[in-house]
Amino acid sequence: MWLFILISCVKPRHVPPQSPFWRLNGLSEEDVKSIMARTVCAKSAFELWGHGRTHSELRTSLLKYPTENMSPFLQKDSTYKINVYTFNKTLEFEDRIKKIDELEYLPFKGRVNLKNPKHTFSLLEDYGMDPNNIPETPLYIYFGRWISDGQRELIRSHSVKNRHFIGNTSMDAGLSFIMANHARVKAHDLVYDPFVGTGSLLVACSHFGAYVCGMDIDYNTIHGMGKASRKNQKWRGPDENIRANLRQYGSEKLYVDVLVSDASKAVWRDGVLFDAIVTDPPYGIRESTRRTGSQKDTWWRQCNDSHVPVSMAYHLSDIFTDLLNFSAHHLVIGGRLVYWLPIYRPEYCEEMVPLHPCLRLVSNCEQTLSSHTSRRLITMEKIKEPEETDALAHLSDPHFSVYQGHNAFREKYFSGISKRMLTGKEETNKIANGGE
Amino acid sequence: MCICILYLNVLSRISGSQATEVKVSEVEFNPNFVSRMIPKLEWSALVQAADGLGHLQDLPTELIADYEANEDFLRKVHRVLLEVEVLEGCLQCPESGREFPITRGVPNMLLNEEEA
Repeated sequence: MWLFILISCVKPRHVPPQSPFWRLNGLSEEDVKSIMARTVCAKSAFELWGHGRTHSELRTSLLKYPTENMSPFLQKDSTYKINVYTFNKTLEFEDRIKKIDELEYLPFKGRVNLKNPKHTFSLLEDYGMDPNNIPETPLYIYFGRWISDGQRELIRSHSVKNRHFIGNTSMDAGLSFIMANHARVKAHDLVYDPFVGTGSLLVACSHFGAYVCGMDIDYNTIHGMGKASRKNQKWRGPDENIRANLRQYGSEKLYVDVLVSDASKAVWRDGVLFDAIVTDPPYGIRESTRRTGSQKDTWWRQCNDSHVPVSMAYHLSDIFTDLLNFSAHHLVIGGRLVYWLPIYRPEYCEEMVPLHPCLRLVSNCEQTLSSHTSRRLITMEKIKEPEETDALAHLSDPHFSVYQGHNAFREKYFSGISKRMLTGKEETNKIANGGE
Repeated sequence: MCICILYLNVLSRISGSQATEVKVSEVEFNPNFVSRMIPKLEWSALVQAADGLGHLQDLPTELIADYEANEDFLRKVHRVLLEVEVLEGCLQCPESGREFPITRGVPNMLLNEEEA
């Protein structure tokens, strides 16, 4: 069965515009429905019956489509509806009706039901990607039977704008769901976020039925206290915390727990296994990277009445080494680690992506942040249990070595900004890092 | 802090010495999730903590065989894992004796600078 999917109009800056229509072959209707039940990237999926550059070509194509494939959906006793969808152009109602009327050569036998039809068909016209240069006639036309819509509504319903509890670096809804999909999160899984923050990733994972838990070094964020991140709000309200976020979307029963802890320290017992680890580690830009410990060049930080110990700079390369090592020990076999890796684009090469002998690299997708920085969504899958020798693997094989030069990411990120604009915090961090 | 996390934690003893506040709420029972959690738990530690909180009830001290099919047993585990929560209390490391406070249901595992 040929089908095509109308995908979201994603226009990455450095890639030439592509069509929002994608044609795929070799999938069953069940396959399509299960994909559309999860994806936030695809708008709708249709079984392709005909296509062409003009309505004449479309007609020829449709008349070639086997009638035995059409007839189950055009029965006398069934109801149907035809939608006209024009991409990058607005069409008047009368013109839409005219286009539907032009399809009268199709053997529709049933009755039209606009409210609740048994089968929906769509005529889709592609008027290109340039809103400033809309052609008179479509560049391409498709006709198909509607199968299913994707989950793009989740981007709106779970928008961070309406989220009960947010922070400076809360992950937006669309990306959170993409990460949950990369991690193959499913109902009754146990998912963990070691840098949980305000729990955006846990919200997305719990939407797919997973039980969720997390950890963060920041006492205030975990307890939902301190300064608010919203523009007109000074302090956080009494019920702003991760649990409240889950409650907002009806997933409170999937809340397992959160801890205040340092992700670089071992608090989990051996044998603790998560089905997925989904996280956005700190890049050291808007939230500083921290760990506990004492060194000569450190600074104090007090936090309400809790004792938040002296922190030292947690070098970015160590974060990823620790994260991969933790995942190798605490994922089930086949379980996935999904995380963002900040990149300084002028120096990036694939070899910079951290590796581990127990984890297979599944994907590496870039999201551009600025002209010189981006972040990469890394997905890894656990393929074997760690052995004694694996702990030293990163020392023997340069491919597994710590993320070279990554500690300089913060330095490079701010390289375009004059020194005057650096806040006191950044200055302190630089001094603490020993000017690295 | 629900007992579920406790059993996953390196530290496995709840200290009864300090004032402990426990809350029991109703959480939707999911036999599939409970079954999958059981192999990840240290059973004796779970029993010890439930007992320490006074919520052992009729939870068996030994893990029973064929628990996947035993709904009665799974419900008992579910209660202790997800419904019994420590709001205020302490986690204690059985080796060092170091206590970690639990406030508003959240344990604080951070060490002081001299301990790290």
